[in-house]
Amino acid sequence: MAMVLKAGARFRSAVCDAQVMVVKAPPGEHELHCGGAAMLGGSAPAPEGLSLDSARAGGTLIGKRYVNQDESLELLATKGGKGTLALDGMALDVKQAKQLPSSD
Amino acid sequence: MNIATLLDMSAEAFGERIAVVSGDTQLSYAELKAAALAAALRVQASGAVYVVLLDVNSAAAPVAIFGAAYAGVPYVPLNYRLTRPEINELIARVAPALLITGADYRGLVDARDDVQIIDREAFLSLHRNAAPIEPADDPRAVAVQLFTSGTTGKPKAAILRHENLMSYIVGTVEFAAADESDAIVVTVPPYHIAGISAVLSSTYACRRMVQLEGFEAAGWLAACREHRVSNAFLVPTMLQRIVDHLDAQGGDAQLPALRALAYGGGKMPLATIRRAMCLLPQVDFTNAYGLTETSSTIAVLGPDDHRAAAASDDPRVRRRLASVGRPGAVEIEIRDEAGKALGSEEAGLVFVRGPQVSGEYLALGSQLDAGGWFPTKDRGYLDAEGYLFLDGRADDVIVRGGENISPGEIEDVLLNHEAVADVAVVALPDDQWGEAVAAAVVLKDGASASVLELQELVRSRLRSSRVPQHIVFKDQLPYNELGKILRRVIRQEFADAV
Repeated sequence: MAMVLKAGARFRSAVCDAQVMVVKAPPGEHELHCGGAAMLGGSAPAPEGLSLDSARAGGTLIGKRYVNQDESLELLATKGGKGTLALDGMALDVKQAKQLPSSD
Repeated sequence: MNIATLLDMSAEAFGERIAVVSGDTQLSYAELKAAALAAALRVQASGAVYVVLLDVNSAAAPVAIFGAAYAGVPYVPLNYRLTRPEINELIARVAPALLITGADYRGLVDARDDVQIIDREAFLSLHRNAAPIEPADDPRAVAVQLFTSGTTGKPKAAILRHENLMSYIVGTVEFAAADESDAIVVTVPPYHIAGISAVLSSTYACRRMVQLEGFEAAGWLAACREHRVSNAFLVPTMLQRIVDHLDAQGGDAQLPALRALAYGGGKMPLATIRRAMCLLPQVDFTNAYGLTETSSTIAVLGPDDHRAAAASDDPRVRRRLASVGRPGAVEIEIRDEAGKALGSEEAGLVFVRGPQVSGEYLALGSQLDAGGWFPTKDRGYLDAEGYLFLDGRADDVIVRGGENISPGEIEDVLLNHEAVADVAVVALPDDQWGEAVAAAVVLKDGASASVLELQELVRSRLRSSRVPQHIVFKDQLPYNELGKILRRVIRQEFADAV
């Protein structure tokens, strides 16, 4: 199910504990998956009968930022889980943090 | 998008870790979240549309910040050093409100039907059994409203939206970057943007916050030792006092745990930072430049920059100790009065653009231009490698016979005189030139210097147009509580004396 991803929007995995917040998103409609299943927005209930796809269970870590190939999409994992995040069928990568000196 | 998510994440990942220490009060991240949820319920039950804090630093500040965020209303910390009429005028602008205050300040608040007052202790002892609240998602909702200390007219209400603060924190802080033993000591008051960003950054880094009610050098050093503080933020006056105190005590800082010291909020005297780097050689110094309207820091001069500048023979590198560093998660552009972008080494007005920049006041609206740039009203220039040097506020520039004169360059020359302890250069109205240059000078104890001698010093280093026509000697200069010099008071004193 393709959907529009807007900065600030939150989604949760249908098959594990992972939750994400959209930091930056490409325009248009996209398929956002976690653990092989479409992620859920708002208070949408998880469809029944879904389970984590063991081929897409690389894990999502709290506090890490995930990006697609050209970094047009950036997600912040606000809760960790077992599933792998993917946009339009392509697994997302952890974004290397830009280290800034602590200023406050 | 909501700043409450920062606390949700810390409580999820490091719930047992200590979040805040304030006197005898201590809260873990899980407890801070429970207290903030309880506060949110109290806010919602009160019908308040603002959460107001009128108090010194305490655990109530982070509880109120996140409580307001869970409840979906803006958080408004007020300056408790304002006069009673000023405080009540601001309260009237945010009613209906829930106002948290300590015993010392409660007496300042006039009774109103639309303002519920809750004592700090009662606020911190609300029953913590509240069910989790899913914070509202609207990234455009206002998270924090800060009244700026305008020099003229009524204070402006700067608003910071959840999207501004979240992009600042997520863009500049690594989640859970702090070690278990790390701690930051917070001495800036809660109504200052640095006090708010300290809470948000520390929460996201899962760092322990040690809150001090006020600043005093010996007390700060004692707190750093007692709590094994690793990080601190200071305004320049505070660092000056710590340096003076350590020198008076023989120079041994005894701060083995202290690793990082950030400073900002005003111009740092070169002598102070140089001396601080000698007294605290193991400490990483960071100069942070930011404004309320930009959700805090926009440029940083990092520890490596400090060390490189201090050790270099190259004057272009050495002078960087006086710069505020390079842009963080924003773009910076220098423009002339006509709005044309300037090149490196060309001084003009500093503009900033980026998602953390709100640049917006209640009632006045957004101050961003069509391209999204915010005029900081600071003057400055960038060097060839992008280091930003500030040159005072645009409002402080002296326009003498059509020539723009920066007070800072004249002050720097006068401060080089061995007898001069402190100086402020301001504009005075002048029939012939439009404005004239005037200097208020504080001499060191027992030292002396004549007006002619100081004028000659400026003439020898700068152009004759920079020579102060008026020089008065003062016992001290007026500063606000955070060490910002009050030029308008000095201007007024000159005007009254003429």
